[in-house]
Amino acid sequence: MSDLADLSIAAAGEGMANGAFSAGELLEAVLKRASLTEADLHCYLTIDHDGARGSAHESEVRRREGTPEGPLDGIPIAVKDNFCTRGLQTTCGSQILAGYRPPYDATAVARLRRAGAVIVGKTNLDEFAMGSSTENSGFGPSRNPWDRERVPGGSSGGSAAAVAAGSALGAYGSDTGGSIRQPASLCGVVGFKPTYGLVSRYGLVAFSSSFDQIGPLAKSVDDALTLFEAVAGHDPRDATSYPGPAPVARPELARGAKGVRIGLVKELAGEGYEPAVAEATTKIVEVLGAEGADVVEVSLPTFATALSAYYLIAPAEASANLARFDGVRYGLRLPGDTVEDMMGRTRAEGFGPEVTRRILLGTYALSAGYYDAFYGQAQRVRSKLIAELAEVFGRVDALVSPASPTTAFELGAKTQDPLSMYLTDVCTIPANLSGIPAISIPVATDERGLPIGFQVMAPALGEPMLFRVAAAVERLAGFSARPELATAGVARP
Amino acid sequence: MKWEPVIGIEAHVELKTASKMFCGCSVTFGEEPNTNVCPTCLGLPGALPVPNSRALEAITQIGLALHCQIAPQSVFHRKNYFYADLPKNYQVSQFDSPIAIDGWLEIDVESVTERIRIERAHMEEDTGKSLHQGDGGRIHSATATWLDFNRSGVPLVEIVSRPDLRSAAAARTYAQDLRSVVAELDVSDARMEEGSIRFDANVSVRPQGEEGLGTKVEIKNMNSFRSLERAIASEIARQIEVLGSGGTVSQETRHWDEQLGATHSMRTKEGSSDYRYFAEPDLLPLRFERETIERLRSGLPELPAERRHRFEAMGVDASTARTLAGADPELRQVFTDAIAEGAEPGTTAHWITGEVTAAIRKSPAFRIDGARLAELLTMIDDGKLSSSGAKSVLSELGVTSAGAATVAARLDVLQVSDTATIESAVREVLAAQPESANRYRAGEEKVLGFLVGQVMKATGGKADPKLVNEILRRELA
Repeated sequence: MSDLADLSIAAAGEGMANGAFSAGELLEAVLKRASLTEADLHCYLTIDHDGARGSAHESEVRRREGTPEGPLDGIPIAVKDNFCTRGLQTTCGSQILAGYRPPYDATAVARLRRAGAVIVGKTNLDEFAMGSSTENSGFGPSRNPWDRERVPGGSSGGSAAAVAAGSALGAYGSDTGGSIRQPASLCGVVGFKPTYGLVSRYGLVAFSSSFDQIGPLAKSVDDALTLFEAVAGHDPRDATSYPGPAPVARPELARGAKGVRIGLVKELAGEGYEPAVAEATTKIVEVLGAEGADVVEVSLPTFATALSAYYLIAPAEASANLARFDGVRYGLRLPGDTVEDMMGRTRAEGFGPEVTRRILLGTYALSAGYYDAFYGQAQRVRSKLIAELAEVFGRVDALVSPASPTTAFELGAKTQDPLSMYLTDVCTIPANLSGIPAISIPVATDERGLPIGFQVMAPALGEPMLFRVAAAVERLAGFSARPELATAGVARP
Repeated sequence: MKWEPVIGIEAHVELKTASKMFCGCSVTFGEEPNTNVCPTCLGLPGALPVPNSRALEAITQIGLALHCQIAPQSVFHRKNYFYADLPKNYQVSQFDSPIAIDGWLEIDVESVTERIRIERAHMEEDTGKSLHQGDGGRIHSATATWLDFNRSGVPLVEIVSRPDLRSAAAARTYAQDLRSVVAELDVSDARMEEGSIRFDANVSVRPQGEEGLGTKVEIKNMNSFRSLERAIASEIARQIEVLGSGGTVSQETRHWDEQLGATHSMRTKEGSSDYRYFAEPDLLPLRFERETIERLRSGLPELPAERRHRFEAMGVDASTARTLAGADPELRQVFTDAIAEGAEPGTTAHWITGEVTAAIRKSPAFRIDGARLAELLTMIDDGKLSSSGAKSVLSELGVTSAGAATVAARLDVLQVSDTATIESAVREVLAAQPESANRYRAGEEKVLGFLVGQVMKATGGKADPKLVNEILRRELA
């Protein structure tokens, strides 16, 4: 039998249901995998051995009594370390929150616990989810399981790497500008950002409130949907939570792409896109057409300015969201002569350079005399993009593009040039600016054997169509490569 | 040169909703510090606000009572500044899209009714409280500061007047009348001493007759209506002195020092503060349906000004009408009931705002109902009680359930209005005081007072003085 850690959620659920193995055995396989890979990959900031074992045991009891909770019962999953977990350290990858233990669970975490999921631990991320490589983590970077000299992407790099490496069967991340889809693309896993408002943000430490959205990273489209279903739905604690029921996508998984009108985004190609990425995208578009999808090229001119708008709005919101980390009530506190001095020194010491840069950018963009030229203008771009998308979605059912212009890059390759790092999110940002759902599916590898992600986008609340196309892409791509885990002792599937 | 003060008032009203503005914590006063808190009002990472719809109704009621327009759509903004008792280091407030705009409140200034315009009323959350240990009670001189977040997130309505007030006394009247409106709506405890209603004043002066505005100074820290008036008066005097001696007033915030009886400058910030307002992304824009607004409008209670006008129309003098209009609802009910029993409104109002109020102040257990008060007042009218006799009866009435006549009899203060008894007493007195009688007859009018006194003495003080007077004059004629 293959290593349990390499199973999909669907397969593991089946295995536990028919008694092939227990939740405890499944968890131990995952913990063992983590013990072998963590030194290399550093996917986790905290592994909650005791908590996870306790949850696995409770799951076993439920199964024995014939009352399992559902498809996630007993499944070892990981959550990004910007999800509040009651009593379990939640750092957001920042020294300013080292040792911070929230007194409450995020809604998504509470729903996972109710679904019987086994939370293995908290995954590494760029500090406060600001970055595209996890190199901005205050606790050291994670590495890509496909090549440990390369980044796993970010900011949910720890979650993506953990799923790819088998140190979790599935994981959750947060996507503000691509922070689920870009690392999923770089790590060869599925990453899904739902429609804004479908998953409660309560207990997700805010980076940019109007963009932040929780979503899954998984080994398959089916698993991603299962993980999404467990946390989706209205939450009265989040005023921006969608009030209606979450759209039902599962029946769409097997429908295929025949007759679906698909738009290939003209603006997400060309300069800066690696040839292998362009080729893989073209190939998927071709096979979708061959299956009977109606593929056309569409132009969304505002996509070209989306990145600039995003890098004004997101830092502006972040500058306020991160103001609370001041040393007064929790987290790091450095001594100071006055309270302002204490706050200033704490923040200067506690925040890393990228977070500091974005707070400064955001503060500037909101300042009197600059607000309209920067923040105001960016909001107008956002409105224009939404209008443009509404028009295009009148003609097509889904949009497709690469998920990232490049495959995984080497550690340190972009850390000296923030703009080049920002550009890695060029494909993913438009979905955040407009609130629409988007998913990245691994479809091929490049000449170095690194995975390439393909992105599908649908209109707001268009999850059924999104999953229909994503499942078709997954099937047509037939992507089955797995990272060659260099670490001794890791059994290959 | 003659200077004219220009004053605007910013009022902060803490609403007494069951829960806080954006979380489920209860709104209470005087609890153990940091016991009424949760992740949201502590600004813990990840926590989110959810607006309290009852608070939004309350501000709508306030807006309507102040004749404001209620915006069909309104937006919350983040007001960014760092302060230790502001847990998120931004306050959820409103900026260019407040809930209520363009209203007014009528006040009486030296017997003239003036309409003070209200610029806006907006919704925000209160901050926590800093308790400074050490000298001065200020953060910069403190050796330690304790933070209590029980107040953090309590719904706060800010009501901003236009600079329409022209004297410290007018500002005080405005503040008092605004407080009465809020108290009448029953949306706040509106107690200045507990801080559930707070007033800041923007004060400037300009040469009489000039249109433009002088440099304004914001004054804070007034803990009573009296200190509000004193602080503004003192600030006006200070500015006139500065300008009169050729100086300039600088735009700043000044603290009122009750002991010194003067304002003093707070640490001046460099430049003007930039709060970097932007729309609160955690909250959706607020929408107010026309039906909701109309439902709230039709449910508004009678406001103090309307009530005062009603009392005046009944014949109550202006000053008494104002006091009665602002009196406790129980006292106003006594008034209404007494009138229904046939008591005369002017006298009744006088008694309620005078003797009855004084009696309650002296003894909180004092109770009187309208029927018994009406009986008492009718006895005065009928000459059965002197006003001093009535006062003794009143204090007894408050602690018994007996009627006025019974009490008066028991206290033996019923006036003697039996003419024969009084006539015989008058004759006795005149027989005993022939000299005085002659002096009166010779034209010395004031002797009458002495003779009345003698008759009263002879009747044990119980004779109706009006009758005594009448009979004496007749006997001496």
